[in-house]
Amino acid sequence: MNLLLQQSSAEVQQILAHYPAEHRRAAVMPLLFLAQRTTGRVDSQALVDIAEITGISSTDVASIMGFYTLFHAEEDGGGRFRVQVCTDMPCALRGSRQFLAAFCEALGIQPGQTTPDGLITVEEVKCLAACDHAPFLQVQGDGELTDYPDQTVESALALVETLRQKPWARY
Amino acid sequence: MTEYLLLRHRDLPDIDQLPIYRANGGFAAFEKALKTQQPVDVLNTVKASGLRGRGGAGFPTGTKWSFLPNTIWPHYVVANADESEPGTFKDREILERNPFQFLEGLMLACFAVQAQAGYIYLRGEFWPLAQKLNQRIAELEQAGLLGDHILGTDYTLRLYTHLGAGAYICGEETALLESIEGKLGQPRLRPPFPAVSGLFGKPTVINNVETLTNVPLIVDRGADWFKTLGTEDSPGVKIFSLSGRINRPGNYELPFGVTFRTLIDQYGGGILGGKAVKAIMPAGASSTILVADDRTLDTPMDYKSVAAIGGQLGSASVIILDETVNMADLVNQTVHFFKHESCGKCTPCREGTYWMAHITDRLAAGQPSPQDAALLGSVARQMQNKCLCALGEFSTMAVVSALEKFPQDFGIS
Amino acid sequence: MTKQITLTIDNQVITAPEGMLIVDAAKQAGVNIPVFCYHPKMEPVGMCRMCLVDVGRPMVDRATGQTVLDADGRPKIGFGPKLETACTTPVSEGMVVITESEKVKAARKDVLEFLLTSHPLDCPVCDKGGECPLQNLTLAHGPGESRFLYSDKQHLNKRVPLGELIFLDRERCIQCGRCTRFQHDVVDDPVIGFYQRGRALEIVTLSEPGFDSIFSGNTTDICPVGALTTADFRFGARPWEMKPAASICNHCPVGCNLTFNVRREAAANGRTVIKRVLPRQNEQVNEIWICDKGRFVYQYTESPDRLTQPLIRKNGELVPASWNEALDLAAQKLKGSQPLLLAGGRLSNEALFNLRQVTEALGGQSRLYTHMSGGDIAVQAGLTAGSNLGALGKGDAILVVASDLHAEAPLWWLRVKQAAARGAALIVLTARPTRLDKFARFALRYAPGGEGAALTTLLSGEGEAATAFADAQNAIVFYGSDGLDWVGTERVARLSAELLDKTGHLGRPNNGLVPVWPRANDQGAFELGYAPATDLPAALRSAAVVWIAAADPAGDDPALAEALDAAGFVMVQELFLTETARRADIVFPAQAFTEQEGSFTSGERRVQRFYPAVSPLPDTRPDFAITAQVGQRLDLKLADNAVSLVFDQLAQVVPAFNGLTFPALAETAPQWPEIARSDLYYGGTSYDNQQGLGVHLAAPKAPLHLPELSPAVPLPAGLVALPVTRLYDQGALIARTELLRGRLSPAAVWMHPATAEQQGLSEGQSVEVLLSGRKASRTVCLDDTLPQGLLIALR
Repeated sequence: MNLLLQQSSAEVQQILAHYPAEHRRAAVMPLLFLAQRTTGRVDSQALVDIAEITGISSTDVASIMGFYTLFHAEEDGGGRFRVQVCTDMPCALRGSRQFLAAFCEALGIQPGQTTPDGLITVEEVKCLAACDHAPFLQVQGDGELTDYPDQTVESALALVETLRQKPWARY
Repeated sequence: MTEYLLLRHRDLPDIDQLPIYRANGGFAAFEKALKTQQPVDVLNTVKASGLRGRGGAGFPTGTKWSFLPNTIWPHYVVANADESEPGTFKDREILERNPFQFLEGLMLACFAVQAQAGYIYLRGEFWPLAQKLNQRIAELEQAGLLGDHILGTDYTLRLYTHLGAGAYICGEETALLESIEGKLGQPRLRPPFPAVSGLFGKPTVINNVETLTNVPLIVDRGADWFKTLGTEDSPGVKIFSLSGRINRPGNYELPFGVTFRTLIDQYGGGILGGKAVKAIMPAGASSTILVADDRTLDTPMDYKSVAAIGGQLGSASVIILDETVNMADLVNQTVHFFKHESCGKCTPCREGTYWMAHITDRLAAGQPSPQDAALLGSVARQMQNKCLCALGEFSTMAVVSALEKFPQDFGIS
Repeated sequence: MTKQITLTIDNQVITAPEGMLIVDAAKQAGVNIPVFCYHPKMEPVGMCRMCLVDVGRPMVDRATGQTVLDADGRPKIGFGPKLETACTTPVSEGMVVITESEKVKAARKDVLEFLLTSHPLDCPVCDKGGECPLQNLTLAHGPGESRFLYSDKQHLNKRVPLGELIFLDRERCIQCGRCTRFQHDVVDDPVIGFYQRGRALEIVTLSEPGFDSIFSGNTTDICPVGALTTADFRFGARPWEMKPAASICNHCPVGCNLTFNVRREAAANGRTVIKRVLPRQNEQVNEIWICDKGRFVYQYTESPDRLTQPLIRKNGELVPASWNEALDLAAQKLKGSQPLLLAGGRLSNEALFNLRQVTEALGGQSRLYTHMSGGDIAVQAGLTAGSNLGALGKGDAILVVASDLHAEAPLWWLRVKQAAARGAALIVLTARPTRLDKFARFALRYAPGGEGAALTTLLSGEGEAATAFADAQNAIVFYGSDGLDWVGTERVARLSAELLDKTGHLGRPNNGLVPVWPRANDQGAFELGYAPATDLPAALRSAAVVWIAAADPAGDDPALAEALDAAGFVMVQELFLTETARRADIVFPAQAFTEQEGSFTSGERRVQRFYPAVSPLPDTRPDFAITAQVGQRLDLKLADNAVSLVFDQLAQVVPAFNGLTFPALAETAPQWPEIARSDLYYGGTSYDNQQGLGVHLAAPKAPLHLPELSPAVPLPAGLVALPVTRLYDQGALIARTELLRGRLSPAAVWMHPATAEQQGLSEGQSVEVLLSGRKASRTVCLDDTLPQGLLIALR
């Protein structure tokens, strides 16, 4: 029973149509994003489903999932929203590390942890190609990714509040 | 800058809308090429213009296109929108604000090498940009500029976006191809080169977003026009991404040959808080760190001149370091970046970045030790000229240059 | 003819074929360039960077295209600024390679220091110690000390089961990728892979069961460190404590060359025991690989159930007896009896010969216990000297009919797959899809019962497949018994031989018929004149004396058990008290193949010697000796003390073996690539072959005589399951192998979900099916890869 095909058949076909028919394997990455969008994580059933659709082994699908930082395995945990703050060198030169520390303190967690309500995980990430808008963060969740440039602790906390109020996305 | 060539939205804010783009000369070059030229004509024009790759390697673009053999089909063009070098944010602005010029450039590149499919590889974090690009590609299809029998000719072309998922190494050409193909984003052995065996084993051109954005202008206004801009060795304009301890960080479209000093003082508004500039990293984290002395500051920003002073212009991701920056701390950050992004395929990079990170952790934590500093330099040099791809090599450059030029920051007197 | 390239390696001028890699050319010239990730049996990846060497090439003037010459008129050699990996660079004309410069030496030292930062200093407790390429290369090329702080060292899981057969030590792994590449590229089982990236790269498996590959054990051979170990050998012994014993696998007709590593142990009362099984290099049979069955199944030889005393039935009970008593009784009963001999194909040539000698002398029948026909054809149309599956490629053809090679003869599956990759036209003709389909140029199906018609179509020469076969320079047909029994295999064998004959593919090397026999030495039995019983139950029932050796008909088939009960006097030579042995009047405890020596004849008609590995279990005797001792009591001159004497006799009597000598079987020749034990660089724990490459039987002199085809037998009505083979089945021997217990195929009947629905069956339900002409109870299992309407069950 291929759940992914069952639930998102049209999207799967659309993805497959982007690549030559004899290279179905190329669809692995977009399919991983698709599988991840509801819960923010790729579960073991999805690995099997994607393996079936692309014609490779589930070990190979897991291999791809594990290589990239934006794919999250079931056991990675994490909340519904991953608030990813860039603390890489150019942003750090403009105070992003202090921003992160203050932001996390206000939320009552350490970087890498999830808020007690299970909704918000704050992560430190590498350069997001927006070094002129530090402190910069992006939010990965609900199958989407949104940018938030020029953050202050206040604006970031306000963002978290907005996220907390967001109704669950339907797919 | 009287007229923006690449960041045209700064003159025309709505140029990200197709009708506005077309009303302002958009797709005229593409139409001209399809209707009145042969693919090889477009290729030769770009070749004659001297356009060099804007992704960091600076390889002559037209020459790259000419490597594709006409005995193996199909051909592919892949736009590298993986923009992950710390300090680089020029492609983001193009994709966000002037997307059609980029798309037109990609389409012209496809036409020039007779590709019928083009892929745009965007880093995963550009997800919102990719959604918009998909809409724009659909718009172009509706307008008859993509798809079958474009503009009534027998040329067929389709464009597809492909999202990465957070791996800097996938900005490396061959790792990018592996990533699209659904394999681990690890670089391939070369030879064979992508021009002969690239995407799905077929002849492929991989070009940076900014590079492609230049192409409609060149086809429209000619190679000779292009050569009037910039320098002889580096013709044209470049988008310099300025960041770090500067008052006005941002993208600056300037002709090659403008000096660092001009960029910092005139455009960047000088150093934050009026502090003294200490060092410049012109190529993002993959830089040889340059001491910000007069010699450096007065160096024109073009590939040749920067190389002449022992550095690299690379992607022109100019990061400014001032007196408040401790090099041990800085180098610790660049090393951790490369350690995080190392694909792990080859021993020196996999083990070397990990090892360096432990040493720089200690040095940055305020435990300056000449032994650690010497060890760091030794490990970095031990990695050099052994790695399978440029990532491992480049990870050592800031380390070696910082140790050499700012020994006091590492506890070496 | 491949072009020869002239180049210089360390001042040695050598020639190498165009396309050869520097690392291999150097090896041939006696220069060992150290490697980790490179393995001659796989595509190079240039990952570990250990093989970096200085490479210079003749300089060419860019403008004129002419070679630049130096003052002496010789080409000027330009060296690159960087060292190059020898494993990824092919040789080129005039190349100069330097492997011992200071730069190269420093590079090797650097790479080793890098590898040893995270690699633990486990040598004192690591299984690989003593046969470890990392150890050897560190001693040869590495630094004596590391500057890496111990406190910075990564600590990782040291006991990660990848399935229950293979264990991974994450700390020791040097991420060379040999194991993942072997699984992906060599054996098409991508069930292990890299996970994460950078220093965190680790090997994982997601298959159910873990590391689900019948070739998984080979990864422990090629792993250059002690990261991958087998469950049976882990912490078992040190390499220098063990002795190697050359053997031949007793479990399928490929005849893989093995080495048993043995050690005398106090725990075994001073007897030698097997610590592990490794491949022995034979590039013409199994190269350097073995399947997991061959690697792990030996455990049954150590089972406490082994028979250790002769048994005689007295007052209805089997009671221990002395050898003399048992042998005397056997001879007494045999005298004047015209016995029925039923021998199993796992017996050696020598055992089979002696058995037949006795039977023939008494005017009895020598029958091979098998469901598969075609032996009489196979001895005429089989492969001959000079044949090597590894030589097949473009322009050749291979037809695989009615066989699931992956399950029945794994190394043939591998070799055929590789031949197809080299361009051979692979035609697969089966009733159901098998793992060979994806490599086949033509994957053809026939409905159950349609195998004859399908072959007849090929014979007609119509169609692309037929043309490809007919036009091939060399052609081999593998025929098996997948879904077939006696009548079906006879048909298939005969038509296949006819096809080979018609298309001119007989009587020369690399041409002929290869039967995928169920047992290792079935070919030997046929060569020695055995024939299968056409009506075994009747033969058993009517026999006054039945002599059964290494066969368990009663355990396989209740009908045969009944027939055996009705037989007269029954004598059995066996390892265990099987259903057959239970019904015997005399039971002789035989030795396992690991305890004796002799020769087997593979399905390719290669005769190979195997040697004793372990001390025999007291009070067992080798099969050939038991038989000879019975025969001696009947005044027959049979040798019971040395197999070579039996072989000499055999070679005189059996035409196919004429001219063969026992010592000839032990002859070896240098093999390429050098990747077994003596080679420290490509590494690997497989063994070089010091004890015999085997000898091919010659082609028979008589012209091909094909028997008349029996009329086709229609399939019976009812729920018919076709009998198939699985590698890990329910056989008596493998059932006693603890290691493989988790992988045995269940007693199931597999069918397509639509078929189950149609029949009103659900998964897990117990159902009675007709299997090989008798009723059998099986559990329903669904398999959507099967054609609809087709049911299969373990034979």
